[in-house]
Amino acid sequence: MTQSTIDAAEVAKFEAMAAEWWDPTGKFKPLHMMNPCRLDYITRQIAGEFDRDLSAPKPFAGLRLLDIGCGGGLLSEPMARLGAEVVGADAAERNIPVAQIHAEQSGLDIDYRNTTAEALAAAGEQFDVVLNMEVVEHVADPLAYLTACHDLLRPGGLHICSTINRNPKSYAVAIVGAEVVMRWLPRGTHDWAKFITPDELVALLGEAGLEPVDRKGFVFNPLLWSWSISARDLSVNYVTASLKPAA
Amino acid sequence: MNRSTDILVVGGGLNGPALALALAQAGFPVTVIDALAEDTRKDAGFDGRAYALALASQRLLSAIGVWEAVADEAQPMLEIKVSDGRAGEGPSPFFLHFDHGEIEEGPMGYMVEDRHLRRAFLDAMDASPLITQVNGSRVVGQHGTPGGVSVDLDNGDRLDGALLVGCDGRLSGTASRAGIRRTGWDYGQTALVCAISHEMPHEGIAHQFFMPPGPLAILPLTGNRSSIVWSERTAEALRINALDDAGYLEMLRPRFGDFLGEIGLAGARFTYPLGLSLANSFIGERLALVGDAAHGVHPIAGQGLNAGLRDVAALAEVLADASRRGEDMGGRQVLERYQQWRRFDTATLALATDAFNRLFSNDNPLLRLGRDIGMGLVNAAPALRRTFIREAAGLTGDLPRLMQGKRV
Repeated sequence: MTQSTIDAAEVAKFEAMAAEWWDPTGKFKPLHMMNPCRLDYITRQIAGEFDRDLSAPKPFAGLRLLDIGCGGGLLSEPMARLGAEVVGADAAERNIPVAQIHAEQSGLDIDYRNTTAEALAAAGEQFDVVLNMEVVEHVADPLAYLTACHDLLRPGGLHICSTINRNPKSYAVAIVGAEVVMRWLPRGTHDWAKFITPDELVALLGEAGLEPVDRKGFVFNPLLWSWSISARDLSVNYVTASLKPAA
Repeated sequence: MNRSTDILVVGGGLNGPALALALAQAGFPVTVIDALAEDTRKDAGFDGRAYALALASQRLLSAIGVWEAVADEAQPMLEIKVSDGRAGEGPSPFFLHFDHGEIEEGPMGYMVEDRHLRRAFLDAMDASPLITQVNGSRVVGQHGTPGGVSVDLDNGDRLDGALLVGCDGRLSGTASRAGIRRTGWDYGQTALVCAISHEMPHEGIAHQFFMPPGPLAILPLTGNRSSIVWSERTAEALRINALDDAGYLEMLRPRFGDFLGEIGLAGARFTYPLGLSLANSFIGERLALVGDAAHGVHPIAGQGLNAGLRDVAALAEVLADASRRGEDMGGRQVLERYQQWRRFDTATLALATDAFNRLFSNDNPLLRLGRDIGMGLVNAAPALRRTFIREAAGLTGDLPRLMQGKRV
């Protein structure tokens, strides 16, 4: 879909939605607060795996990257700015023109598509990096989904997957805290029963043919009102890095 | 020459070039716009203005490669003596004495003359391939959008960038064009500033005398010279400044005292009206304010340039970190981090210097007794004294990497 195929009223609506997605104090505030921390993890993992220098211009040039569940492009845009060739996929059709309009405003070239990981894998698409952030807790069949992520990677490719742990604390923080008390997320955003523990995720990654190489926690500090990466505390939000074995 | 990825800096004084150099060192192209021609700025002769650079500021200059060029002309500040006095009476028996020997980091700071600092900044900018200088042009318009920012110059040119930074002083046009209002007040005081030559060596000691009409700071320059910042009520200051050199010195002598022997003028004389001026926001749409454009404080503790350089270090660090994550450097979420880091700090500084000035610019005998005892107490407690010394050296708080002497 290009801008010329959308009528003017639609464009205005999508522009408003893009502004909403990118307003750090608006509806997506929790994502914006967490984003620097997620980006720190992602960029350092990619730089480490592919031997890139993050202070050089366009350090990710030559890497093809897939952002699953791209939404308004909060991860796709930074990856494109760092030089990666980015495909942003989202199963929600209305997110695509929103993300496209914002990328255009930002002067970035990103290939946004209304599709799923399974469909891309079936089409034989291949990537150096697959970003799978806060998606796995929403899918019906995690193993089938992670297998699709595996199939989307070139040999030696990097898969970064973040999700939410399943324990009493994560119920208190992610469901009661984020949805009921703080109303950061709409009620019903998450189904606690679908949350996955780090050990379960690592086992699933292995079954899908991926080799887990790292796991870290994303921890919210209510005193500093900010997120940080923790090597020990994976009790609520956490992230993993895994590799597709080279050949 | 101009790229849409540039960071546009308005104001080529001191903070502007410092920011440009820090960003260029981190690999970002920068365009610096100044209303004056470069030759005018570079060939300024000795005019008596000087800065008390805190140790943290000196580390920043060193990290961005400017310190080398001014090091030989810089006078280390080894001790600071603070006392309460009245003209002709000499200092009160209670005074604060801060000696750099009590902290391990070295001198508390350095006195550097304006002419040396400006020239070093301009030379360093000339040498940087990533810095474009647009001199002799005034900004007449600016326009920030979600995708970028542009400024219009008085010669009809338009420059595009990713972020606009206003380093254009307390009357910042960049801030007012963005609709950012200011809060502040006039102290009813004016500072008389000049360089003084004296018979005896100053031994690297800075003095601050608190006198009822306002404070007098005597700050050591190289050789047998000192820079003075002499605050008086505005009407009196203007009267003194209108006197000829002999009359001016006649007024200064009883305040200055005779501890450095005979004194004479060693440069031009300046006056600066004193006031507090805080921008209500340090950021806007693709816009950040730095230095006096964000916060003009009372120069009572010599913290103006130091606070500006702290903004520079914080902004450069926030932008470099954001860029390495792939974030949009001019994005609201990135600029908010800069504002959060600096706004509380500078408001505290503004209020502290304000309260300090009100307390000490007073002849009420009870207040005088109270502050003399207070000074005596601080002086008697080594831990408290060391805290003051570190504060004066700029070594407290959440120190940006550049002020730890590291690169961004």
